[in-house]
Parts: sequence; C-alpha cells; structure tokens
Amino acid sequence: MSRVGKIARRSFLIGSAAVAGGVAFGVYLAKKPIPNPLLEGLKEGEAALTPYVKITQEGITLITPRADKGQGAFSIQAYLLAEELDIDPATATLSPGLPGQAYFNGAVLAEGSPKPAYDEGFVAETLRSFMSVPAKIFAVQLTGGSSTVPDGFDKLRLAGAVARETLKEAAARRLGLSRAELKTEAGHVILPDGSRIAYTDLAAEAAQIDPIEDVPLRDPSTWRYLGKPGLPRLDMLRKCTGTEVYGIDLTFDDMLYATVRANPAIGAGLAGFDATAAGDMRGVEQIVAITSGVGVIANNTWRAFQAAEALEIDWITPETPGTSAEIFATLEQALGNPDAYDHCQRDEGDVEAALASGEVIEAAYRIPYLAHAPLEPMNAVVRIADGQVEIWTGTQIPLFVRDRAARIAGVAKDQVRVYVQPMGGSFGHRLEMTHVEQAVELALAVPGRHLKLTWSREEDMTHDYPRPASVARGRGGVRDGQVAAFDLSVSQSAMAPEWFGRLSGMTLPGPDASITTGSWDQPFAIPDYRVTGYRAPTMVPVSSWRSVGASGNGFYHDCFLDELIFAAGADPLAERIRLCHHDPSRKVLEAVGEMSGWTGPSLGAGRGRGVAFCMSFGVPCAQVVEVTATDEGIRIDHVHVVVDVGRVLDPSNLEAQVMGGVIFGLGHAMNCELTYADHRPEQENFYDYEAMRLYQVPKIDIRALENSPRIRGIGEPAVPPAAPALANAIFAATGQRIRELPLSRHVRFV
Amino acid sequence: MKLTVNGTPYEVDVEPEMPLLWVLRDELGITGVKYGCGVAACGACTVHVDGVALRSCQLAVGDLEGEVTTIEGLGTPEALHAVQAAWVAHQVAQCGYCQSGQMMQAAALLAEVPAPTDAEIDEAMSGNLCRCGTYPRIRAAIHTAANTLMEG
Repeated sequence: MSRVGKIARRSFLIGSAAVAGGVAFGVYLAKKPIPNPLLEGLKEGEAALTPYVKITQEGITLITPRADKGQGAFSIQAYLLAEELDIDPATATLSPGLPGQAYFNGAVLAEGSPKPAYDEGFVAETLRSFMSVPAKIFAVQLTGGSSTVPDGFDKLRLAGAVARETLKEAAARRLGLSRAELKTEAGHVILPDGSRIAYTDLAAEAAQIDPIEDVPLRDPSTWRYLGKPGLPRLDMLRKCTGTEVYGIDLTFDDMLYATVRANPAIGAGLAGFDATAAGDMRGVEQIVAITSGVGVIANNTWRAFQAAEALEIDWITPETPGTSAEIFATLEQALGNPDAYDHCQRDEGDVEAALASGEVIEAAYRIPYLAHAPLEPMNAVVRIADGQVEIWTGTQIPLFVRDRAARIAGVAKDQVRVYVQPMGGSFGHRLEMTHVEQAVELALAVPGRHLKLTWSREEDMTHDYPRPASVARGRGGVRDGQVAAFDLSVSQSAMAPEWFGRLSGMTLPGPDASITTGSWDQPFAIPDYRVTGYRAPTMVPVSSWRSVGASGNGFYHDCFLDELIFAAGADPLAERIRLCHHDPSRKVLEAVGEMSGWTGPSLGAGRGRGVAFCMSFGVPCAQVVEVTATDEGIRIDHVHVVVDVGRVLDPSNLEAQVMGGVIFGLGHAMNCELTYADHRPEQENFYDYEAMRLYQVPKIDIRALENSPRIRGIGEPAVPPAAPALANAIFAATGQRIRELPLSRHVRFV
Repeated sequence: MKLTVNGTPYEVDVEPEMPLLWVLRDELGITGVKYGCGVAACGACTVHVDGVALRSCQLAVGDLEGEVTTIEGLGTPEALHAVQAAWVAHQVAQCGYCQSGQMMQAAALLAEVPAPTDAEIDEAMSGNLCRCGTYPRIRAAIHTAANTLMEG
C-alpha cells in the first residue's frame, strides 16, 4: 500500500541492481521498464534502473546525466546525491553515464504545458504530471529548460539516501547488528565502537540485499552542502588550470582533423563544388561531399580550415525569403492575420469592447535573429569500426544524437555509443546536432579512424539555428490612472515543432506555445487582457536560445506594459505591483523596489531607471536598470535583480547564473543581431556580434527569495527582464521609446 | 622549426604561416589554449611570449621569437599561480572555455601593473570575451590576485 502511495506521489521508486564488482542505486520508473545501456547484460527485472550512484571496490561514481554546459549541472547533481549519501563529492568520480531511455526529463516538457507556471491548482498540477509521459515516449534525455534542479531535487537525494541505508544494512548483516545502531560519515559506515567500514568494502554485499526503500529525506536544516554559501564547483580547479578536456580538446593517436562548409541557407544543400585547389593543399587527405555541403579531412584543423576556404562551392538557393527586409515583411503579414492564427492562451474580459471606446495606445515591436555563439565552436569526434559508432561530443540531446547517427551509419541504435563531453557553453546551440551528422558522414569515409570535426567560428555563426526573429503589436487602454486593457499579438515562424521535427522526424501537432511563452503567462490581473500568437511561414530554421520564448516575449510584454503605465500616469513599479496577483511575484517586485531605493523612474538630469518583470520557467524575476545618457552614449550603471527559485541550493552558483543571465540579456539587447542577405547571415564572427565586454559591465546586485512553493532552476530566468529593463531605463533617461532590438540601432552605448 | 613551450623545447615540421595556436593544439597536444574566433576578437587563445600576452591565433609560428607560456605553464593544479588561485577562490568559471585566455591576460597585466584600478582592468581585459558573463568575478579575482602577488 505504501509502495502504491509512493508511486502516486512521486511517480518513481529508488532501487538497486548488482553491477560488475558492486552495486548501483537509482530510479525505477513506475511505468513500463525501459532499456538502460548502463546495465546491459543484467537480468530482465533489473534493467529498468536508472543508476545515479555506482559503488564498487574501486570507488564511488556519481552519475549525473544532465549535461554541463557551464551552468554547474554536474556539481549540483553531485551535491544532491552526496548530501544524503554522506560522502565528499570531491572524492567521487563524476560521470554523465551513457544516454539511456530511462533518463527521462519530466520537468522540461511540463514547462510547455497549457497552464501558467504560477498556477499551482489541481488542474495545472495534473496537466504537468501528464506532460511528463510524452517526454518518456519521445526518449528525451534532454538538458534544458532550467530543469535539472526541479527534475533531480527529490530523485537524486532519494537515490543517495537509499544507497546509504542499504550500505548500512549490509554492514549490519555482516556484523550481526541492527541498522539503527550504525551511522555514516564521509563514505564510511560508522560502527557503535567508532570503527569504520568503507562503502567500497560493502558494495558486493549491498548488491545482494533488497534496497532499503522507505527512507525519509533529511530536513533541510541538517544539510551540510545544499544551501550553503561558497559551495565550490567540482569542475572549478580543472577549468582554472587548462586541464578540463572539452570535446574540442580530445586527441587520439590515429585521429584525423576535419571541417565542413555547409550551405548557409541551412538545409538547402549542395549544387556542386570544385576542389582542385583545396585538394592539393598540404595535409589534406580527403574532400568529401556530404548532405549539407562539403567536408575536408586533413591532418591538422588549421590545414582543414585553409582547404575549406579554398573550395569553390555552388549552393542551392532555397525558395524562402533571403533578406532581412523580406523576412520581416513576411512576419508582418502574418501578424493579426486570421489565416496565420496559432493560439490564444490568455483572453480575459472583453478586449475588443474595451478598445472600441476611448483612446487606444498602439505600439509595434520587433526582435532580430540571434546566434547562440558559445565560445567553443561545434565539434565532434566520431569513430566507426566493425559496425559500431562511437561519438564524443558536447550535447544536450544524446539520445537524438544516438538515433540519428545509427540511421546515417546504417547500424542498430544499440551499436552507437555517445560520450557526452564538458561543453564550452551552449545557450541552446547544443540542442541541435547538424555537426554530429556531418562528423558521422565524414567518419564513414575513414573507417577505423578517429575523426574530429571542428566548425570554424564563421561556420558556427552562420549555421546556428538562431533565436527566432519576431514582430509584435500592442494595443491597450488606460482608465483612471490605471492600466485597463492590454492586447498583444506576436508573429513568429514555428520554433518548437520544427526543432522537434528536425530531431525526431516526428510532427508535433497543435500550436507552438513558444510564440507567446513569456507574454501570455505573466501573473498580472488586467481587466481586459489578451495575448495571441500568429505563426509565420518557415524561413530561417530556428531553435531555442537561452530562455526560449521568453527572450523576446519578455521584451514585448514588459515594454508595452511600461508604455501603458506611462500613459496612465502611474508609477512603473507601483502599477506593476498593483496589477500582480501572484504573491511570490509581487514580493519580488517589492524587493527590487526596496533594493534599488525606488522613488520613480527619474534619477535626475540625463539619468533614469527602468523596471521590468518576467516570470519564466516558474521563476519570477524583476530587474531595475539604472543608466546615464552621456555625451558618448548610454552607460549602464547599476542593475538590481530579485529572483525566487523556491529554495536556493547553491547560493554561489545562483549568483553566477543570475549575473551571467543579466549580462547575456543586456549584451545581446545592446548590439547583437543576425541580419540576412542572399539567404545567409551577414555576421560571421565576434567583431560583428559582440555582446557585452568587461568595460561595459555594470554593478549588479542580486537577491534570491524563497517564497515560491516549488523548487526551480536558474540558468535562464534572469535573461528575459534585462532587455526591457534597459529599454525602459533609456526611456526614463532620454524620453526615447525604443521598440526594436538591438537597441544600438537607435542609441550608442559607452 | 624549433620552439620552446612551458620550458620544453619542441621541433615541429609545419609551414611557417601556421598560427601558433594550431601548432600548440594539433601538433603538440597542448590544449589548454583555446580556439574561439581565429581573428583575435575573443582572446581565448591568449598565451605569453616572453611574458607578453599575445593572441596565438594571429601569430604565425614562423614569426615567433621568444619562449611560449600557456595556461599549463602558468601554474598546475598542485601549484597554482596567484591568478589561478584567485580564480578558484572567486569561483569565476562557468563553462570555463574563455578562462585560460582570461587568466593569461590577467597574469600579464599584473606583471606590468601590480595594483590595477578597475579602469586599468577594463582596458586590459576588454579584448577577452566571456559568453557566460563571468566578468564581475573576473574583476574581483584580479584584485585578489594583485593583493596576493604584492604580499607574496
């Protein structure tokens, strides 16, 4: 009975399984057992375990399946396990494991469910729990959506706790004691006389007994790691000594070095090429036509780059719009067009009636395509031999990579191994896998050899599956000094369905929530309130960019709200607080007012501040940006940030992620865009896609509240409010409303 | 062609126009130095040549005069340079990919200006891009390292 109750409550159970030389603890899925590559060769009933802790005589391995692209995922997963297991995580081996279908990420699809994240009611909770079923069906071992912490908070602690109690039970049986007489500390079971037995010494015996499943989790007041200030990241020493090995750094004795040039009109393909000059260049081994373009295989990356530049290539020109002007005209055509209607998840009161009488305030907005541009360009090492494919790459989607590689190489899925590498950033770029497809195609040309494919920066910038460009129109009204009506329409090409289709080959039916995520779901009570999404035709293939839909919708929603508040003659902060009906969000707004000493938008001659709010991934985040209009341009002086993640597990990393998110949001809002001419991005490298550099970084103060009922991740939520807070601050300082990103189209920055 | 990296002499058979970056990474297997842009716009490839911070992606190996130091030669996990120790203390790195270049740039700055102001740090470090936005901690870590080196 308690077993059933546990399943209903948590939808997972912790179990154990014998592995070579020891024992593994992890999650049993409550539903149908799913194959798990880490436990191949085990008996049928044991194959459903997703291991998080593996203990053998050689040592303790913590398996942290969520990928680390810089956000600290490895560390927090290890600390969640270690907190209950009673080990120092710095003494354990950390491994991402091999991707298996048993790692499913319920939290990330729940974010896309049709109820706002602040709605904690029964229906919303039920929908969220159902939405984790498709995640399993679709085999999404996916890192993203700020979901690592919400997904792992209970699972990983329980896995650690079950492992600890089972090890104690093994010791108790060996010595004829009861488990209650034993304690644990630093990877050892402590006996009543104070003597110690190492976990590693108990592993074989622990594998022979049923795991102790009924273990209460420790009260947060007793935590030693979680929630403590100054928690060191477990990869910090490597990253500060040049000894972290990223995918791009892997070296094998027999390795060949490759690069590609693919059609900058992504997916349009190759018409023909002339490799006469390139083929004679030093170190070039092969030049190979591949699906997306041409690959060069050489004995050194630079030589491959040089030869790739020397290729003469004719690309197929696609039918889609090829210039920024055509692209934005297409987006404008879809905006408000009934034929392009996609969804309307918020429609309260009667917007049409409200706007039929009285003055209507209107504003038009647009945002550009943005490259992710992590500093480590896309790369992959592939070796194909004896019908088996091995892949070393930094990826957020190892299972999709495995399946696609199997198809390209013509082998069964279980003949593909994906080894996930530490990543030099991602920001969503590694939710795509074109570079791995290319590397597999090239590796087929050199069977038995390791082949490392590296994209040049130019190839990376121009084949980035950017953040969608979009346009929006706001119509609204004010009454009695208050915001009374708010009607926002957003037009964008489909993002989420196309991304999922590219990865899976399956069609996702239904609306594309990403078009309005970050604007339809904000916790404000406006009497007449509507947000509508319109789907423009497919143009440039687009993808998720740090904070996904909220990166643009946060700008639209908050900037238009700011315009209405100004029209109403109300105070920007006080009116947002009055309109906010969600208690944790209101407290975030109140706190940012207190932190910034808010007395209104003006800070004296030539100075001003803007406030902005966006709730994304369940995290309310408010920011106040202070600027000065100098003779040389706008200077950003100070940013105040308040977030609420429910519970802060790692204060130091929270500060780092929020700081980084603010700088990411501000930097791209200031000066970044991909513009298109002749079907390709005009920006190619960091000299024309710069974002923020150190001399522009303002003072940033951060406060984290813990009023939200659920624990949330913080990799993304600080991004969306930064752009609108900056735009609103520029208005406060100069009187200039900028409704288009990047802001550098209209103002200079110091 | 001969060169000395982190105190070790090497001989390589490469064309003189190959950038030092790719000699280090692909010919010598020294991978702490990173490729980010190839055009001296990001600073991830920063190394020291006779103590001067240079972008190794723009330095043809045939033009190299002097001894090369990479992040591996600045300090080791067992014996950190003051800059690296400050980076650890301030938990600077996120993805970490730019940090080898950041630390090499910072070490060269401190060798020249022992107690830099924020403005001097901004000027010296603004050629080094960090896509994760670790800049505030970089600033703080440089001040800490400066103090350590002066006390040293």
